[in-house]
Amino acid sequence: MRVAVASGKGGTGKTLVSTSLAWLLAQEGHPIAYVDADVEEPNGHLFLHPELSDCRRYARPVPELMGVTCSGCGECQRFCQFNAIIALPDRIMLFPELCSSCGGCVLACNEKALGEKPQEIGNIETGTAWTEGRHPISFLAATLDVGEARATPLIGGLLDRIEDPGIVLIDAPPGTSCNVMEIVRGADLVVLVTEPTPFGLHDLVLAVEMTRALEKPITAVVNRSDLGDGDTRRYLESQRIEMAAEIPFRPELAEAYANGRIAADVSPELRSLLWPLGRRLIEEASS
Amino acid sequence: VKQLVVISGKGGTGKTSILASLAYLSAWESPVVTADCDVDAANLALLLPGEEIRTEAFWSGRRARIDADSCIFCGLCAERCRAAAIRIGDSAVVDPLACEGCGVCALVCPVEAVSFVDNQAGVWMERRTSSGPLVHAALGIAQDNSGKLVAQVRQEARAVAEREGIELILVDGPPGIGCPVHASLTGCDLALVVTEPTPSGEHDLQRVLALLDHFALPAAVLINKHDLSPEFTARIEALAGRAGAEVVGKLPFSAEVPRALARGELPLAVESVAAPLTEAWKQIIALLSTSEGRRKRAPGAEEEGARVWTDTG
Repeated sequence: MRVAVASGKGGTGKTLVSTSLAWLLAQEGHPIAYVDADVEEPNGHLFLHPELSDCRRYARPVPELMGVTCSGCGECQRFCQFNAIIALPDRIMLFPELCSSCGGCVLACNEKALGEKPQEIGNIETGTAWTEGRHPISFLAATLDVGEARATPLIGGLLDRIEDPGIVLIDAPPGTSCNVMEIVRGADLVVLVTEPTPFGLHDLVLAVEMTRALEKPITAVVNRSDLGDGDTRRYLESQRIEMAAEIPFRPELAEAYANGRIAADVSPELRSLLWPLGRRLIEEASS
Repeated sequence: VKQLVVISGKGGTGKTSILASLAYLSAWESPVVTADCDVDAANLALLLPGEEIRTEAFWSGRRARIDADSCIFCGLCAERCRAAAIRIGDSAVVDPLACEGCGVCALVCPVEAVSFVDNQAGVWMERRTSSGPLVHAALGIAQDNSGKLVAQVRQEARAVAEREGIELILVDGPPGIGCPVHASLTGCDLALVVTEPTPSGEHDLQRVLALLDHFALPAAVLINKHDLSPEFTARIEALAGRAGAEVVGKLPFSAEVPRALARGELPLAVESVAAPLTEAWKQIIALLSTSEGRRKRAPGAEEEGARVWTDTG
């Protein structure tokens, strides 16, 4: 069962919720994987402190010129929707940073002058994190190279590496665009983490609309539930979205965060607040 | 026209509320143009009320459509589509949320059953506010291409500034370090990175500073909620120092800030925040006026010798 933890607005507590849920379920002896798909700014490792067993470079395909058979016909440039190819009478200029890796230019070339080569865009790491009771959390994360523009192919590559151990918690990036959709599309349940402020609500509405466009079930977690207003709760009720947990602001949670510890590890209150959601995941994963 | 972009790497550090406060401070002297480039979660307009004077559709890319009458269900398009956007069952159906408009399906279709429709990816708007014009946008539900919409917002903000003779544009950037962030940085004079003293804040700041170095863009750092961790504040100051980025200010944590925001007020309305923020603004102005000299590009520090996974072949 794949669970995407997403938010719309950044900084609402996705990583806090996903690492805590992973910890909680592992402590109960359930096979669990944590996947850090916020590849532009991955933070899960700062709290889970995994032992890494493997780190590989990840590459996506981009076109390359093969030999000298190019006739200068310009078919590749006419085909490319992303302006990644300029065909001059005597040479071809390739702009891999604009390429979407669709592979169409290779098919469009009449002279078979174009092939594909791998372009490295980031790392994918696998490992294991351990709870205090020495229960394992399978760990998978990707990190986009600084300067690389397109995160979506790396996220796709990361999701392909998931070996389903039972429950897979996927920590998504903020926002609602292509990177998040790539994750939500393959999820069985989407947990939207929000905060009860005008910003939080505005972005929650966008995240709900995106998730519904992809026809995925939603449950909500309201973080810092006592630091805002009641509009978020009213919105969730009006949309008939279940509120899986309300987490009040607690200095001990902020402190755990500042010390690189998993919030559920230090807070019995958080464990009991998240447990109903954890139990639901266990039930749905086994049915 | 000078352009200041506010980014953070990590989301939720306070970019937008701080940018709105700076716009307000700046408008004491003269109006500024603000540009909300966090187009898939745009919040600046919530803090800068006013009247929308222009709303324009944003068209970007195209989506494939398969004509059911001509389709012979050979399945070639679905086989070649790397976006996995085509399903062949009783009919051949393109998922418009997955289609990238690349055109491979049309290229391989033996019976020319594929056509394309233009895609409206969102809208952008111009608003009159008390601090000056605001250009903002809303990406359509489940749309990609946010980088292109960011570029559009930047272009319109510049046009508005030139039209109205305004000397300063404040750009509210998105979180992360990818494509929409790159589009927010292009052509700016200075990047203000708003961070917080936590392990995530430090980690993400490091990557943002590396990105700014990659684009040879001068950086300044503002530490929000600095008193929550003197230890990480010191680490962030050291990190900024090593990267040649000036720490222009430190703002204290105040539970009054989220309450002020919930009332639609700026952090500037909170007394403990107002003084250090005003002081930081003076420093930023000073840096902006001397930001002609761009730092030179540092040599790339890519890791080598690692094995490679590819999705070719």
